[in-house]
Amino acid sequence: MKFRAKLVDAACLNNFTRVSNMIAKLAKTCTLRISPDKLNFILSDKVANGGVSMWCELEQENFFSEFQMEGVSAENNAIYLELTSENLSRALKTAQNARVLKIKLTNKHFPCLTVSIELLSVSSSSRVVTHDIPVKVIPRKLWKDLQEPTVPDADVSIYLPVLKTMKSIVEKMKNISNHLIIEANLNGELNLKIETELVCVTTHFKDLGNPPLASENASQDRNSEQMAEVHIDIRKLLQFLAGQQVNPTKATCNIVKNKIVHFDLLHEDVSLQYFIPALS
Amino acid sequence: MERIPADWKEREGFSRRWWKWRTLGQVCEQKPARGLGLTLQVTASLSLLFLAQLSLRTVNSSRSAYACFLFAPLFFQQYQAATPGQDPLRCKILMKSFLSVFRSLVILEKTVEKCCISLNVRSSRLVVQLYCKYGVRKTHNLSFQDCESLQAVFDPAVCPHVLCAPARVLGEAVLPFPPALAEVTLGIGRGHRIILRSYQEEADSTIKAMVTEMSIGGEDFQQLQAQEGVAITFCLKEFRGLLSFAESANLSLSIYFDGPGRPAIFAIKDSLLDGHFVLATLSEPDPHPQDLRAPELQQPAPQLQAHSTPHLDDFALDDIDSYMIAMETTVGSEGSRTLPSTSLSPGFQPHCSPGSHSEEEDDTEPSTVPGTPPPKKFRSLFFGSILAPAHSPQGPSPVLAEDSEGEG
Repeated sequence: MKFRAKLVDAACLNNFTRVSNMIAKLAKTCTLRISPDKLNFILSDKVANGGVSMWCELEQENFFSEFQMEGVSAENNAIYLELTSENLSRALKTAQNARVLKIKLTNKHFPCLTVSIELLSVSSSSRVVTHDIPVKVIPRKLWKDLQEPTVPDADVSIYLPVLKTMKSIVEKMKNISNHLIIEANLNGELNLKIETELVCVTTHFKDLGNPPLASENASQDRNSEQMAEVHIDIRKLLQFLAGQQVNPTKATCNIVKNKIVHFDLLHEDVSLQYFIPALS
Repeated sequence: MERIPADWKEREGFSRRWWKWRTLGQVCEQKPARGLGLTLQVTASLSLLFLAQLSLRTVNSSRSAYACFLFAPLFFQQYQAATPGQDPLRCKILMKSFLSVFRSLVILEKTVEKCCISLNVRSSRLVVQLYCKYGVRKTHNLSFQDCESLQAVFDPAVCPHVLCAPARVLGEAVLPFPPALAEVTLGIGRGHRIILRSYQEEADSTIKAMVTEMSIGGEDFQQLQAQEGVAITFCLKEFRGLLSFAESANLSLSIYFDGPGRPAIFAIKDSLLDGHFVLATLSEPDPHPQDLRAPELQQPAPQLQAHSTPHLDDFALDDIDSYMIAMETTVGSEGSRTLPSTSLSPGFQPHCSPGSHSEEEDDTEPSTVPGTPPPKKFRSLFFGSILAPAHSPQGPSPVLAEDSEGEG
């Protein structure tokens, strides 16, 4: 198993740092899947995660000037590593003035992802920062739980409003109740609802627009005003929104009535899918 | 009553600069510009503050870190020293009390115009008066206790290894390390590169933590006198304290060290003040010695091995207080003492007869019981060795001979 990659472009480095910061906010521990053309950050829907799952994908050639990997075997040409997300983002944080950033899989008493950063230096001598991030190699038999989740057939698909706005609203709603209802229709309307004994609060978003694909799948005689709703834990939504520092290029929300809500974001050339299950 | 007022107004020839003090963990800011008083803030985690003439010294509770700042009278606008012939006053003050006077630096900078510190011996009070704007005067009476001098016995000159660099370089060197990191290993690698590496205790091996290493070329250092392969591990938090002060004052920081287990001396020097931090270093060798040594470092120098075997100290006393008996034994030299000439050159003036203090840095080494895992082997600094012969120091010197029999 071998992995070695080099990153030299400042903009790519910034992007990669932003991705790792986002992942660190979304999942404490995650799986990094390395394949010849992609890098994936995966969180599988275990009970430990509260049923939340995440799939983040980026094309390696959009980031790395050099990329070499050799998977477990020729047929299974991938590497699955479990790591603490915060370690990677911390390591990349020190790379702000990097000339060159190298990542490689090493074995220093235990498997590590070694991030080696050569800093721009005023003086003649070079400065090198090295971070050894401990990782756990995930055996092949567990790979099946870490595959790309199938996008469910949504009852409603809708574009999301500005995430920052959504986040500040959800933050305030969290003070009232942990139980949030998300509902949307094919008319570009999305509501966030909190219902308690004493008070009901609803925030209405209008004119959001719906992706064209969804409308085709929906049955023709579906009332476009009809809302599809999901009851979720507000904290999970908040965690997801907190991870989005920048407004994405594209953001879609797919609701499967009373089952799951699926967020599909595109940040420049990084795609993120986040699934929050309904409260049982 | 002695008065030691401190005033920055009309400070001649002293350009504006920001001074940041961080002694063992806490930051304090002092802006001398436009007549603001001297502000000092040392961390509340240390238990004792010794005010001896113009020096502020402190030591932490585990005796593994000692700090001493010596001020030239020029640091103050007005300074009235003890009259010659009179015993210099030494007192210790609770750190918390002293800090509470200078708690909010922002407010101090904005409102305090002058600060006067004086000792009221009759009532055993250290009086700190802050003259603020609009005619407001705040007076703090801090009770103090007489005490023996707190003096760590250390001598930079006997340390075989010296590193000196602008504080900024060292500041950049510790930047990649997480703020919570307790200990760091400093070593010399191949090609005379200075290596800093986060230190993980063996006990935490179940939770594997990220290891960070910073490597800097020797060219960035003003002085580099150390063999490849030597390494010491010390408390990063305490080092950061002195470092951030040195950075804001734009000073160079020198590190004098020996091998693992021997205290490391961190020194800064200015025309007006002199600061020393003496930190204990881990006495056991790096648990994964091959990491630090290869590929960056070569095989350790022989002396590293010698120091790695802990030697039993006969004076592993429980009550450390009774052990702080290093004293200023010379009468008369104190009154006229201005700035002790702690020169950074290896030719440090011999403070006593040669040979008697080669093992000044005594340690409380807990005896290693075979079979039991040794406790974290930081050696505490003993202030003076009972075995050392009675001796009077030859002149102004922060490093003193120590006499077990009393005044020498």
